[in-house]
Amino acid sequence: MPYGSVTMPQQSPRASTVEFEHVTKHYDTKAKGTPGAVNDLSFQVPAGKICVLVGPSGCGKTTSLKMVNRLIEPTSGRILLDGVDAAGRDVTELRRGIGYVIQQVGLFPHQTIGENVATVPRLLGWSRARRRERAEELLDLVGLAPATYRDRYPAQLSGGERQRVGVARALAADPPVMLMDEPFGAVDPIVRDRLQNEFLRLQEELAKTILFVTHDIDEAIKMGDLVAVMEVGGKLAQFGSPAEILATPASEFVARFVGADRGLKRLSLSRVRDLAPQPADTARPGDDAAEAKHRTVASSFGYLLLVDASDQPIGWIAQHDIPPAGVLDEAMAVPMSPLLHQRATLKDALSLLLDADVQAGIVVDRTGRTLGLVTVDMIAAVMREGEHVVPEEPHPADEASDEAAKEPLAEPA
Amino acid sequence: MNWDWLRSNVPALVDATVDHLILTGIAVGVGFAISFVFALVIHRDRRFYGPLAGFSGVVYTIPSLALLAFLVPFTGLSLLTAEIALVGYTLLILTRSIVGGLDAVPREITEAADGMGYSWTARLVKVDLPLAVPLIIAGLRVATVTTIGLVMVTALIGEGGLGQVMLRGFNFRNTTAVYAGAAVTVALAVVIDLGLVALGRLATPWTRRS
Repeated sequence: MPYGSVTMPQQSPRASTVEFEHVTKHYDTKAKGTPGAVNDLSFQVPAGKICVLVGPSGCGKTTSLKMVNRLIEPTSGRILLDGVDAAGRDVTELRRGIGYVIQQVGLFPHQTIGENVATVPRLLGWSRARRRERAEELLDLVGLAPATYRDRYPAQLSGGERQRVGVARALAADPPVMLMDEPFGAVDPIVRDRLQNEFLRLQEELAKTILFVTHDIDEAIKMGDLVAVMEVGGKLAQFGSPAEILATPASEFVARFVGADRGLKRLSLSRVRDLAPQPADTARPGDDAAEAKHRTVASSFGYLLLVDASDQPIGWIAQHDIPPAGVLDEAMAVPMSPLLHQRATLKDALSLLLDADVQAGIVVDRTGRTLGLVTVDMIAAVMREGEHVVPEEPHPADEASDEAAKEPLAEPA
Repeated sequence: MNWDWLRSNVPALVDATVDHLILTGIAVGVGFAISFVFALVIHRDRRFYGPLAGFSGVVYTIPSLALLAFLVPFTGLSLLTAEIALVGYTLLILTRSIVGGLDAVPREITEAADGMGYSWTARLVKVDLPLAVPLIIAGLRVATVTTIGLVMVTALIGEGGLGQVMLRGFNFRNTTAVYAGAAVTVALAVVIDLGLVALGRLATPWTRRS
């Protein structure tokens, strides 16, 4: 069952800006530079964006996150939510306005799923009827049928289901800011991938400001509108879009952290539609063979693409297989080239091309109409000069809807 | 076995059982109240664990006869004397079990609760204590069964419930009374223990469905 497109109670999505101003956290009992310490951290997250804090363990990313809802108080510096210093607000009131999701989920085992989801509304004193309605709405939103799940206890759910409930619970009072500490870290890779895609799709609708902690650079690149790479000692090594971090790592540390395959990783940020496809030599069944052969010989490619009346590709005809006279026939065509949808990432496209006999993919639009060709060389050029590719904006949304469309969302229990 | 004695003493046995229950109930009730306060103080500030557990531990090590003998000059041969001793012996078990129950609440649950904006009191009442119930019940079972046994000893200062029946049985060479007193005490302990188990299950419905 897919995520319901439940509308949130308010008309426009509520989100706050989050701003770190020279935030420092020292632990007195230990030497400077100990795990969890944070050193002069400054960055700004615009409203409605996902900012991923990523770095090796002990780099202070979780500490930074917990300073936003004041589970940890900074030694110095300020954290501003919509320009207001978090330190000046009542701590319980502050926390009730910030969604909080942690890796181990932390559902209350003694409460039903419905009660768990309605935790913050209960703290805020909502009526029983309104809480119940809200819990059902949210369970729907995260793809759990309320009638099935509402009265179960957490122990009766799978890890992935519990994680969804955790997200629903954090969203219950429609907080303008969400903090997510390795929220998908405790589930297996397949479930994780699905939860990530669902969450990105959900975020498209909710447009919350989200601080997201992970140690996994791939997750950071996938989830983040912005990525803050942190290094041990709690220093901000680089802050920027995933494309910037991959294209121009600010330091040796960042380069090593994103990995030697950052060229490849960058490919997952761009899509086929970001490339200008090469025009293909095309012909239709029934066209004059001699003329077609002449055209093919003139081009350097050596293949002719046969398309049908609505421009959908049928297959390739090699130059030497084109008869010197007569007409072209569907039977001559060999379908050996991968079809590349415009929304495919270049990483997926490259993988398809490397598998194929002809290292040119046929780019098709939504209706299957041929738009042109993409070759391995064109993708390699992107890898070499990442800065020439304009990463689309916003990048996570399409992928999420793609995935959402092709995957069953209710996870097998 | 002297069945005639048994038949004619049923009302006396019932009275003794009721006395026994009252002595046990007061001891465990008051003991629980004091231990609960101890546990909350410790829960709030760990530094109190040493002094409070130490105090309860010292009381627990005093032999029961010695403690009664020590108290009589101050509080006489009275219910108060009996209860001071009985309550004293529940403190260690109950304080430890309540603190243990609160400590056993998984960290991710308390962290999630704090992160969502529970106040200290709200978290205690709605999250920590409900989840501590299984260990608290375990402590109550041990404390109650122990107290049912200890109540016998207070027969020496004129209390004792079923202990009185047995004590008189010893004095008058009435083995039937001794056996009857012992049997009813054992039955009482078993019934109350089972009752607490049932109470624990009622209070933790989430542990049964999975």
